[in-house]
Amino acid sequence: MVPLSYYLLLSGFLFACGVVGFLIKRNIITIFMSIELMLNGVNLSFVAFAAHWHALAGQVFVFFVMVVAAAEAAVGLAIIISVYRTRETLNVDQVNLLKL
Amino acid sequence: MKPNLNLWLIPLLPLAGAAINGFLGKRLTRQAVTIVALFFSGAALAMALLVAFRFSSLTLPYHEFFAHWIRSGSFSADFSFYLDQLSLVMLLVVTGVGFLIHIYSVGYMWDDLSYDRFFSYLNLFMFFMLTLVLADNYLLMFIGWEGVGLASYLLIGFWFTKDSAASAGKKAFIVNRIGDFGFLIALFLLIKHFGSLNFDRVFGGVVSLPAETAGAGLLTAIGILLMVGACGKSAQIPLYIWLPDAMEGPTPVSALIHAATMVTAGVYMVARSHVIFERAPIALTVVAIIGTLTAFFAATIGIAQTDIKKVLAYSTISQLGYMFMACGVGAFSAGIFHLMTHAFFKGLLFLGAGSVIHAVGGEQDMRKMGGLKSFIPWTFLTMGIATLAIAGVPPLAGFWSKDEILWKAYQTSAVYWGIGVVTAFITSFYMFRLLYMTFFGDYHGAQVEAHGQGSHGSDAHGHGSPHESPMVMLVPLMILAVLSLVGGLVGIGNRFENFLAPVFGSMEGVEGASHGTELLLMGVSVAVAFLGWWLAYLLYYKRPELPQRIADSLGGFYQTVVHKYYIDELYAALFVKPLIDGSTRILWQGVDRNIIDAAVNDAGDGARHVSDEVRHMQSGNIRSYAGWIAAGAAVVIAFMIWMGVR
Repeated sequence: MVPLSYYLLLSGFLFACGVVGFLIKRNIITIFMSIELMLNGVNLSFVAFAAHWHALAGQVFVFFVMVVAAAEAAVGLAIIISVYRTRETLNVDQVNLLKL
Repeated sequence: MKPNLNLWLIPLLPLAGAAINGFLGKRLTRQAVTIVALFFSGAALAMALLVAFRFSSLTLPYHEFFAHWIRSGSFSADFSFYLDQLSLVMLLVVTGVGFLIHIYSVGYMWDDLSYDRFFSYLNLFMFFMLTLVLADNYLLMFIGWEGVGLASYLLIGFWFTKDSAASAGKKAFIVNRIGDFGFLIALFLLIKHFGSLNFDRVFGGVVSLPAETAGAGLLTAIGILLMVGACGKSAQIPLYIWLPDAMEGPTPVSALIHAATMVTAGVYMVARSHVIFERAPIALTVVAIIGTLTAFFAATIGIAQTDIKKVLAYSTISQLGYMFMACGVGAFSAGIFHLMTHAFFKGLLFLGAGSVIHAVGGEQDMRKMGGLKSFIPWTFLTMGIATLAIAGVPPLAGFWSKDEILWKAYQTSAVYWGIGVVTAFITSFYMFRLLYMTFFGDYHGAQVEAHGQGSHGSDAHGHGSPHESPMVMLVPLMILAVLSLVGGLVGIGNRFENFLAPVFGSMEGVEGASHGTELLLMGVSVAVAFLGWWLAYLLYYKRPELPQRIADSLGGFYQTVVHKYYIDELYAALFVKPLIDGSTRILWQGVDRNIIDAAVNDAGDGARHVSDEVRHMQSGNIRSYAGWIAAGAAVVIAFMIWMGVR
């Protein structure tokens, strides 16, 4: 039996990877993938706790997260495509029209 | 069944006129404005006459409840009216003289650009003055009291584009505030000790108190505070300084407000409060002394004035002093009698002066007049009658009332009488001086060039040589002249006093002087009137070069009198300048700028500086936001872990 703390450490590591990727990458696609990484890091901690406490609520929550993530991916990719069509770049530093 | 007089209509009619002319006057023609103004003031007069005709069938005093106003605990003050002999006299004087002056103003103000505004204010004044005299409690009286002050302010500053007029209005208003402060404190004392401001209830409470002969007490305090209020409104020492400046207003205003009616409100108030004063001998003495001093003091200033309206202004102050002298010696009915006759002849004098000013094209300096008798015979005739009346020549109005006052004053103290007689002499002198300087001798003024009709900001009109005023101005003059001739006759055989006796009670006790003494005193006052006339005749008709020589030989003293004893300068140095300096240095530059403004400004600056620093976080760079979120989350998590470990 793998101890709970291992899962949590892995989960924290995945989440931190996502955060770091989100912060240092400029390409929107990469940032997007970093977000997915963070979500899945969280998912891992959910299922780990669910297994540990024998409670199904955690696993149900993961399904919710997956559904939201799928929807987010669909919407997000659509936005990315349209941004690329208009701006001809995927560099977030150049997508700054909302800035004063 | 109780008769219903609908007294409430009397003040409200002029208010309606003021509202119509005030709100719609700009769109009405001059004729329409005239009709509105005259209709509503005339209707008030008609109502007052109606009341007078039904007067004998009334049970007095007559009360009329109109509407609730203030109900608080046991205290109440209502819009309700009170009619007795005293109110009736005031009512007739105010509506009668007021209506005549309305008519006169039609002619006098016809060319003014703000014709409608003038009549709106004039009607507004009538409303407040009638409220004042008809009120059945002190609070409603105070409303009228403040209201006439407002109307006075508006009308003094009527030509507000002229600096002197605007500041004269302010001066009148501020000086009156000082008096009103005393009046208000008196009202608070009345509420505290009698729980009411209703005349009947207050006087009912006062009657049960003993007279404060031994020392000053509550009633003395109330009496003196009421007198402070009266001093402000009726221009008595030490608050008289606003009245001469008030002559900046149009002349009909000077006649109506600053001679005939409003300035007598103080006399009316003291007379109305006679129950209080009769139980406070010290307060009564204060009234008498203030009145006597004012009468004498203002008369001496009047001698040296050269502005025709200023002479009349000081004369008004002096005559008001007589009225207070009468009240102060307990002869309230004599004071009211003089109030009435004074309203006739002083109103007439001012209207006559207006007619003179009109004739010579806005000039007010008597040295530039002279010889006008042949140019404006009707004005001369009516003003001559008024001068005889105020000088106390029998059998004109002023003789009866002034003699009554002097006789009553003599019964109290020969000192009052002595000063009163000297004042009567001075009065006669300066009034005939005015008459001789204006109407006799040669005309000293230039042929006034025609200046534009309807010039705004002065009494001026279009002109050639001096000319008589139109009929609409002369008729009121003639009516007032008749009243000045015969108005005093109602006082023969104490009829006026007996008429007011239900209000004041008859003067009892003083039988120290015989009928012979009365006749002797009467002879003295007639003699001084003629003496003054003769002196003025000598100095200003026979030997016109003499006054200048006398003035030169008097030197410094003459200059002091010309400068009104430097009272204005004294007040400026004692009160006005310290106030302005204190306000400027301490309140404005000290408190306002350095504390209040500084606090507000520093708060603003601080917010700006902090924002300036924090602004850098709001870079618009998404990843830096994410960084802040991550850092924040890390801090929160670290905090929670730390809490958990602990």
